[in-house]
Amino acid sequence: MNVVVCVKQIPDPAAPPALDPGSNNLVRDGKLILDDSDAYGVEMALQLADAAGGGEVTLVSMAPNGEVSGLRTALAMGAAKAILVSDPILAGTDALGTAKVLAAAIKRAEPDLILAATESSDGYTGTTPVQIAELLGLPSVTFAKKVEVTGSSVKVERQTEAGYDEVECPLPAVVTVTAGVVEPRYPSFKGIMAAKSKPVENLTVADLGIDAAQVGAAGARQEITNVAPAEARAAGEIVVDEGEGHLRVIEFLEQLKVL
Amino acid sequence: MTIAKIWVVAEVVDGAPTTTSLELVSHARSLAGTVEAVVWGDGATAAGTLGEYGATAVHDVGDLGGALPGAPVAASIAAAVAGGTGPDAVLLPATYDGRDIAGRLSVKLDRPVLTNVVDLTEADGALASQHAIFGGAEILTARFTSEGPGIFVIRAKSFPAEPSGGAPAAVVAAPAPDTGAANGARIVARHVEERTGPKLDEADVVVSGGRGLGEKDQYVLIEQLATLLHGAAGASRAIVDAGWVPYSHQVGQTGKTVKPTVYMACGISGATQHMVGMKNSKNIVAINKDQDAPIFQVADLGIVGDVHKVIPKLIEALQARS
Repeated sequence: MNVVVCVKQIPDPAAPPALDPGSNNLVRDGKLILDDSDAYGVEMALQLADAAGGGEVTLVSMAPNGEVSGLRTALAMGAAKAILVSDPILAGTDALGTAKVLAAAIKRAEPDLILAATESSDGYTGTTPVQIAELLGLPSVTFAKKVEVTGSSVKVERQTEAGYDEVECPLPAVVTVTAGVVEPRYPSFKGIMAAKSKPVENLTVADLGIDAAQVGAAGARQEITNVAPAEARAAGEIVVDEGEGHLRVIEFLEQLKVL
Repeated sequence: MTIAKIWVVAEVVDGAPTTTSLELVSHARSLAGTVEAVVWGDGATAAGTLGEYGATAVHDVGDLGGALPGAPVAASIAAAVAGGTGPDAVLLPATYDGRDIAGRLSVKLDRPVLTNVVDLTEADGALASQHAIFGGAEILTARFTSEGPGIFVIRAKSFPAEPSGGAPAAVVAAPAPDTGAANGARIVARHVEERTGPKLDEADVVVSGGRGLGEKDQYVLIEQLATLLHGAAGASRAIVDAGWVPYSHQVGQTGKTVKPTVYMACGISGATQHMVGMKNSKNIVAINKDQDAPIFQVADLGIVGDVHKVIPKLIEALQARS
């Protein structure tokens, strides 16, 4: 079974995020790393391909520059190869434009299953995987906390507001997985070394036959008109607990008439 | 261009519209002269309540035959837009199904979508949406720059739900056109997790635990404290991901949005993901041993201390009172 995993390379979440003052786009100049949320999809894909008795895991990603360090991490985990759509005209692309690019790249891999995270950890839009499914005319099951493939269908436990649903879906399909669906493996030394020579196919927007007007800031057809600090909460009271901290909490709850 | 007609995708559970759906219908009244809802399944049974909050019509996609709502509901709305009877904007709740419908609709209409909206205003005949970024530290305002209906996915509790005293909404059949393979997923069984005490997103007091608890067994402290305060027990994404507690307890960007009278964050550092879901609580108490934890920046009362010491004493003191 061939599985495509959509992965995103994002600015290191440990570093403070910033917006470019000119474009108001998130600054992505520095080193990009594999989005933590995507490690679950990569792991799930590796396990499903294994369980199916063979097949390849292909990574599909998009970046405004030729960044591959995040892809190397996922390749080191065990993915076979990667397709990276990298083009300066992609800067400022929105979720729909991203979906158009990724859908076109995914088509080349002819997968049985497409996995993605429920949302990225930098943009949090959370619509791209379903947009990909719709562009490819495929069914989708989002927020999977358990995924099993039997023959030509996938069985998913999908989170709901009240608990979870068991959902069955014919393949090919798009499934988004939550963090926690599986425990991602750490790349082994051998895996890290092997990843260096695994193929990464670099494509441009033109290679995919996508009109440049569909992507980038113009293709996004939306603009940020203002960015302002949120109303700050007044500074609170800080108490260092020396054995009596709980009493201050009780007093506070009494003031609020919660007690 | 003016905003004359807004459609709200309304989720209906056990015959009643969800609170978020009513919040969106209520707010839509301030933006457009005509507010209508889109429902499916047994959603038409909620036409009375939706009317009371301001919807004049309910477009009923009907029984989905076990399908997930994403493909058919999006197809129904897109068909109306193509037929010239669609709205100027579509508002959807930021739920699992809401995001699915928004994504599919966005492709069908070839229109961008704005998600994680926390406010929506009208200016010069167009809608502007506000988004909390960087953990809610900054508010970003965005708008669409092209023609066609805007698609906005809106977070819970962004607006109050206020009845307008309207008559029951007229039910209009709006079956979905065939969506082929895209509509292949079927729900074969539903599981409801048991819950005691108030609902997390409706409770007056929420006590949440995070990584600082150290291990899964310690979550019982959070549950005990929540019970004593007649509140609900919540959790950070970190411990939900770690499998300590079910996802239904998660507060944050991908979990529940809560606005209780008191929110107690215990052993939670205050990652962006978490803050977005609780920052607008009326009062915040944080207990954390790291005095530099970001959670203290939003806390009205911060206790710098070990949750394993402070919470047991708190529980003991509360038990002594009752």
